[in-house]
Amino acid sequence: MDGIHDLGGRQGFGRVRREQNEPVFHGRWEAKVFALLRAARTAGALKNTDQFRHAIERIDPVAYLSHGYYGRWLGGLENLLVEAGVLNQQEIESKALELGADSDWRVAARPVAQPDVVGYESEEPSAIRPLPTEPLFRVGEPVHTCGTGTAGHTRLPAYIRGREGTISAWHDGWVLPDSNAHGRGENPEHLYTVAFSGAELWGEQSEPGVVVRIDLFESYLLKM
Amino acid sequence: MSEHEYPTSQQSIRAEAIESLLIDKGLLTEDAVDEVIVQYNERVGPMNGAKVVARAWKDPAFKTRLLADGTSAVAEFEFSGGQVDKLVVVENTSDVHNVVVCTLCSCYPWAVLGLPPKWYKDPAYRSRIVREPRRVLEEFGVQIAAAKELCVWDSSAEIRYLVLPEPPSDSDSASEEELAARVSRDAMIGVALI
Repeated sequence: MDGIHDLGGRQGFGRVRREQNEPVFHGRWEAKVFALLRAARTAGALKNTDQFRHAIERIDPVAYLSHGYYGRWLGGLENLLVEAGVLNQQEIESKALELGADSDWRVAARPVAQPDVVGYESEEPSAIRPLPTEPLFRVGEPVHTCGTGTAGHTRLPAYIRGREGTISAWHDGWVLPDSNAHGRGENPEHLYTVAFSGAELWGEQSEPGVVVRIDLFESYLLKM
Repeated sequence: MSEHEYPTSQQSIRAEAIESLLIDKGLLTEDAVDEVIVQYNERVGPMNGAKVVARAWKDPAFKTRLLADGTSAVAEFEFSGGQVDKLVVVENTSDVHNVVVCTLCSCYPWAVLGLPPKWYKDPAYRSRIVREPRRVLEEFGVQIAAAKELCVWDSSAEIRYLVLPEPPSDSDSASEEELAARVSRDAMIGVALI
């Protein structure tokens, strides 16, 4: 989906702000989000990482930018827990108010009434799925990327769409996130690292000698 | 972005509310969070990646294995608690400087670096490093010669990338342990030099 999460090449965010002596967790609640993640898996609300990434992509775009990493995780988890029926939105709101939350605090979560759960396969520890089919592309071959987006989850960023690159590595078959995130099966595809010149991506404003290498699934690529 | 961020106390309350409800339903125990804190403070972190880098600098045969198959070479260390489907190690040389990002979320080689710093997950780094990497690196205090290729790895699938920095000039005389202590997390992301 063309969401706010797809940040590559966007402008206007200013300097990268670093924190001196940054702790692993800024507060106990950040670590707590990890524990909630495990519980969501146990409860069957979180089926795989692709689904979780898409749940984060579906939080409110303003909230996405303002809640930070663990706030986004919290919003994504809430989406999944509510959509799976493990918790309902009202009981979360009530409990938060009871614990002292501001009543006008905007909630990052934006669960949908009818999530597109089709049937998730159990997640194996690895996403590698060696394929019997031959890869369509060879290392060194020039390729085009698809020029259009999708309403659902994808790992083809907008700044890479409709561009010309060169295959620089082949990685055999991997679970396709575009399908797996929506419970439509693993549908593994060949995965490639594709190299794009800065000039191809950013035109004459590109800095000199820049190459972007990114991992792309076979269905994102077109023969030249 | 900091002036726009929500007070974490509100997020903390939200997390507590969900935690409380899940505990009531028997899906979570109160001590689960302590295990998480120990895991990411003590077992997994950039000290693991630093050991890998230092060995690559001291042991040419290991370096060859590491660059050919990072996953298997790192498995020789038997680090606990970090999983990676496939690790690719990219070497900084006199001809190329590598830097790693995930523009779509915040993918990061947890198995060797632990959890990412906040800036790695923030919009400024994720948006800019693919478009103006030299300028971003200058802000980090790193100047890359214009004649050197600057390669940005956008971790868009499940493969994770680790940068093997150029060794310091005394890497022959220093011990592997001494060298490991000098390898920074940022150098293994590609936003610092050794």
